[in-house]
Amino acid sequence: MTDFLPTLLTLASEPVAAQVGPVGFAALKEVSLSAPLAAWLIPGLPMLGAVLAVLMAIGGVKSKLPAWTTVLCLAGSFAVTLWLYLQMRDAGAAYTTVKLFDWISFDYLPGKAFVANFSLYIDQLTCLWMLFVTGLAACIALYASEYMSHDVGPGYCRFFFAFCLFVFSMACLVMGDNLLLLYLGWEGVGLCSYLLIGYFYAKPSAVAAAKKAFIINRIGDLGLALGIMLTFVHFGTIQFAELLPKVEQYVALATSGNLAAVPASVQWIAVLFTLAAFGKSAQLPLYVWLPDAMEGPTPVSALIHAATMVTAGVYLVARTMPLFQCGAVTVPPDAWVLPGLVVPALDIVVWGGALTALLAATIGMAQFDIKRIMAYSTVSQLGFMFVGVGLASSYAGAFHVFTHAFFKATLFLSCGAVMHGFGGQLDLRKLSGVMWMKGWLVVGLAMLVGCLNLAGFPFTAGFFSKDVILAEAFSNPHQRVVAWILLVTAGLTAYYTFRVFFRVFLGPKSFEPGDEAHGHNDAHGHDDRAHDGAGHGHGAKGEHGAKGEHGAKGEHGAGEKGAHGAHDQAFQPHAPGWAINLVLAVLAIGSLVAAYAYPTKWVKGLVEKSSAAAVDLTGSAAHAPATLLGMDPHEIMYYVSAGVGAVGILVAFFLHYLGRKTAATSRADAINLGALQRGAQHKWYVDEFYDATVRVPLKVLAHVLHFLDKVLVDGLVNLAGLLPRGLGMSLRPSQGGELHGYALAMACGIAVLALVALFSLV
Amino acid sequence: MIDTTFGAALTLGQFTLGQFTLGQGDLPAPMSGITLYHYLFTASTMFVLGLIGFLTRRNLIVMFLSTELMFQAAGIALIAFGRFHMNQTGDAFVIFVLTVAAAEAALALALIVLLFRRKETLDGQAWASMKG
Repeated sequence: MTDFLPTLLTLASEPVAAQVGPVGFAALKEVSLSAPLAAWLIPGLPMLGAVLAVLMAIGGVKSKLPAWTTVLCLAGSFAVTLWLYLQMRDAGAAYTTVKLFDWISFDYLPGKAFVANFSLYIDQLTCLWMLFVTGLAACIALYASEYMSHDVGPGYCRFFFAFCLFVFSMACLVMGDNLLLLYLGWEGVGLCSYLLIGYFYAKPSAVAAAKKAFIINRIGDLGLALGIMLTFVHFGTIQFAELLPKVEQYVALATSGNLAAVPASVQWIAVLFTLAAFGKSAQLPLYVWLPDAMEGPTPVSALIHAATMVTAGVYLVARTMPLFQCGAVTVPPDAWVLPGLVVPALDIVVWGGALTALLAATIGMAQFDIKRIMAYSTVSQLGFMFVGVGLASSYAGAFHVFTHAFFKATLFLSCGAVMHGFGGQLDLRKLSGVMWMKGWLVVGLAMLVGCLNLAGFPFTAGFFSKDVILAEAFSNPHQRVVAWILLVTAGLTAYYTFRVFFRVFLGPKSFEPGDEAHGHNDAHGHDDRAHDGAGHGHGAKGEHGAKGEHGAKGEHGAGEKGAHGAHDQAFQPHAPGWAINLVLAVLAIGSLVAAYAYPTKWVKGLVEKSSAAAVDLTGSAAHAPATLLGMDPHEIMYYVSAGVGAVGILVAFFLHYLGRKTAATSRADAINLGALQRGAQHKWYVDEFYDATVRVPLKVLAHVLHFLDKVLVDGLVNLAGLLPRGLGMSLRPSQGGELHGYALAMACGIAVLALVALFSLV
Repeated sequence: MIDTTFGAALTLGQFTLGQFTLGQGDLPAPMSGITLYHYLFTASTMFVLGLIGFLTRRNLIVMFLSTELMFQAAGIALIAFGRFHMNQTGDAFVIFVLTVAAAEAALALALIVLLFRRKETLDGQAWASMKG
């Protein structure tokens, strides 16, 4: 063991972006797989799972069958991904495309065509991403089979349908060979996110959250659509295999310092993609949907909003890294404000990520709902990932994505288990000492592993991945401020993570049941979780099967024997069953094992052999990298971040563990930072700000337009309807029924004719 | 009214038949300065009188009588023009007009009979309820 540490440290001292030879797409060669169409099973099996779920919903299946089919399909998809990875691993720096069918092939001019086929583009980055996407999806589906068990019936089928459709869309997004298929997947995951957040459609808050998520995603999607159109207009193609080589010429311009010479239409593509990535991955200013998305069931939060969908933005940046390297916002030299300013797109990404990380961490420190805290930590960690890719190091970003997926899923699933067991209780002022309760040890340990990763405790996966990003940031002489922001955020992260852990899982045992303890306020109104007083059907009774351990079986599908009696006394939390515990254990161990990816440089090898490898813009050969405390950041980063993390954990320990006698109070209550604290608790009023600046003007405009519509447009139409009637009414008096009146009219007519004849003759 | 009609017919007859008996092809000398305008004036007077009668009288049969008077006035005007142009076009047209007037008289009187049977009166005002 003693020689392990020096090995780690010497490996770490190697700067990340030391590349020789061609990089990026130029370094890739095309290969073909042994059974190419099998790669289509990766999206195909989830689609099959979705279709099966729909059929089961139509067929009225009331068991957990949809869950098992989903788990099987996703496990199959993961197996195929493993096979694919093994195939590609031997190929080295290579890519391959596998076409299923011609989707759009539109020749609009001789020699020019718009081609977007249903084909897959597979390189090492794709394999890396799909491994954790499918793996986590399979695990979380297993978790959800128990978590959603109170909802068996059409709701269950609906859940797994959306779940499978989500995995299919994510596969299209990641594995798509062209930007249009990526866009299809992008929209698909947005749709499934909407469906799943709004799963409890009878709850107004869930419906509002679903709408908010979808609408804010749409703003980003506008950026993506415009970017794709711009890409096609300039390059004439949107397929990665053809597009990326064409961008190389501009990348050469950019890396030689001449970013302003890149044509504006190319520069703007990356900026638009940044908007899209920020919308999907919940960065400033479009992050407000993610905390609200916690209204969805916890498996959804874990899969979609922690591990997979929100990383789609990072994936977009990594995949189109050449475009980002030559992207910028250029102010024309004759503008009257900031003339001639060139802001590289990667700088926007870096700053957006850093500021978001800090903001979300401060908000997370003051929240009381543990799922919300985890949501804000996701936003914050995504900020880290964006800083990673923004520093032109796709490796840093991708590695953090990979490790974060595991430990964040673990964290969310643990919180979910707590919520499930305590009747929907998520307030950390009302829960304490959960780890010491019977049957909760696995959850507690999984949570501990997750928290250690998130806080960056030495030798965990999160520690390594965060350190790569921090080291990259500190090495870059232009991004000192960003680097310090990230370091401070790392400290805050450690604090709020362990605040949750020390409050909820350690300390004196006490709990208050949540709102769902006496029946659900969701669409189905089952109250399987309601428990009687002593001696209820939860312990060593035969109806739960041979195991009979206290609290081991959480499955209520096998018939609750009418436990709807007196609820108010002795609500017993029910500890998670085998499915939840198994998944938590797997994920926790996985997040520990993922740490091993660092010294073996597994992720680094994958990313740098893909198209996402970027030429180092700082040119570590051109000028010396910056130093931290007088030493090379890559060597010293461990100690610095470990120190910062330790400070955060110790502060949390002091404030939230020592001397805490009850769940509701701790030493932290003595600290009153006044406006800062209130601001953080109210999420810095960002939602209220958006309400005032966007929603209210839009509402006023809507009312004005409604008024105009009613008065002008409807008025015009009604007027057109009134005209014939008016005409008729005005002519009506001539039909008086009087014979002599008619006669007089005729006589007048004759007189008029006579006069006309007379005057025309004269 | 009957006198005027008769007088007009007399004048008419004198002109047409007198022409044939005298055997002259050109316009005969006006008798005491009677020109075309005299006939037109007569015809228009008759027409206006008929019109006024149609507008002011309430009795259905008298109203119809007025319309017949208007017909005759038109006939006189036509004959006068025919004599003025020295051809028979006006005469021919008047034959048609008189025939139509006769047929129409039959119809109108039949309708008046039916209307009378409905309301037991020949007053045109009785039908004022048919207003739009």
